[in-house]
Amino acid sequence: MVNNQALSCEQVWREISNYVDGEVDTGLHSAMHEHFRACSKCAAVLAGTRNVIHLYGDERMMEAPAGFSRRLEKRLAQNVRSSGKNWSTWSTWLIPVAALALFAGGLHLANSLTVGSPLKSEHAQQAEGIPPDMPVVVSVDAKIFHVAGCDFIHNKDKARTITAREAMREGYVPCLRCMRKYLQTLASGHAALGVEADASQNADLEDDRENSEGNVR
Amino acid sequence: MAEREVALNNPAFNNPAQAATVREQDLIARVQRGQNELFYELVRPYERRVYAAALAILRNETDAEDVAQEAVLKAFANIRQFRAEARFSTWLIQITVNEALMRRRRERTVVMEGIDDRRDEESDYAPREFADWREIPSESLERKEVRQRLAEALASLDRKYREVFVLRDMEQLNIQETAEALGISVASVKTRLLRARLMLRDLLAAGWEQGWFSRLPFEKGNKPW
Repeated sequence: MVNNQALSCEQVWREISNYVDGEVDTGLHSAMHEHFRACSKCAAVLAGTRNVIHLYGDERMMEAPAGFSRRLEKRLAQNVRSSGKNWSTWSTWLIPVAALALFAGGLHLANSLTVGSPLKSEHAQQAEGIPPDMPVVVSVDAKIFHVAGCDFIHNKDKARTITAREAMREGYVPCLRCMRKYLQTLASGHAALGVEADASQNADLEDDRENSEGNVR
Repeated sequence: MAEREVALNNPAFNNPAQAATVREQDLIARVQRGQNELFYELVRPYERRVYAAALAILRNETDAEDVAQEAVLKAFANIRQFRAEARFSTWLIQITVNEALMRRRRERTVVMEGIDDRRDEESDYAPREFADWREIPSESLERKEVRQRLAEALASLDRKYREVFVLRDMEQLNIQETAEALGISVASVKTRLLRARLMLRDLLAAGWEQGWFSRLPFEKGNKPW
């Protein structure tokens, strides 16, 4: 058990990960908070640890090889076909569509047979009935939409704000981080939403609270 | 399905995250009823996470892609067993981790591990770098070189630390889910996570001093602070 009154740096390092995750009790949290205010070394370790989590949690760190999506979809399509079901992939419908477009010879017809955005999907179109109440931020070359101010917005200079319904209609999916926090905030304020807050969400909120207290150094 | 449509059209239903969850649940229900062609739509938002989880365990891009595909096919084959109590993404990642661990066991791959692998994980890890490196802005991730450096630092960790870190901090599983996926205790997850985070911090702090993250477009040769 850690003596909360007089923490050594070693004790702080041992608990720093739990501290960031919001998994220390109130007494220890206060003691560590005080320690970070007084100890520049530990404050640097704390800031660096948070930065590590922040950087690696960014979706840009989730890179897959070129063509990964296409190969995965193709293999899934083969699998579904072998089970006797229909499957429409980009590669299977593109050729007949292109041939039909050429045959018709008209740009208008070609446009009418081509899906405008690769992000747009049947998946997204199911969200038609959602009122466009909440502004969300999307950016070019990403498939995620964010709460305004989220640290994980890419290409911020190319970001645009649209409604949640528009984002989902365009095939964007919610940011795992900021939307979870948003969801939990709503859940804590409106129990009627019935959203379960898991330990991870608690940790995220705790981390947020810490961040809002400013960098302790 | 009718209930779902009612929910989706409910004017009170204006939470995007909740809407996405309902949409996903609807998609799952439709696939479970036989609309198999929708399965890729269900998986698409998570496909890179699936690959990253496989790569963290196998450390080989070819194997990771193969296992990622196998995991998705396995999820497809078992979609009728999926129950809504779990998050679909967590379920998918857990299948991926299982597939990757099985692949590693089957191939009995001899992986060169770092010197820390044999050290007692209960022993304390003392940070080595105390440079006040402040913050590496997330904008730096636009640069492939930076992402590569971060990936190399992660790859240099011992397997047991890397796996926990990837599942917890990149895949966003919680501590319990990470423990279940890897078949280890919650206490072990916490211990390994602590070491992984501190080791990465040390590795990146050294990189900061060596200028890995300098020359950011907005810095123009100077740190903004």
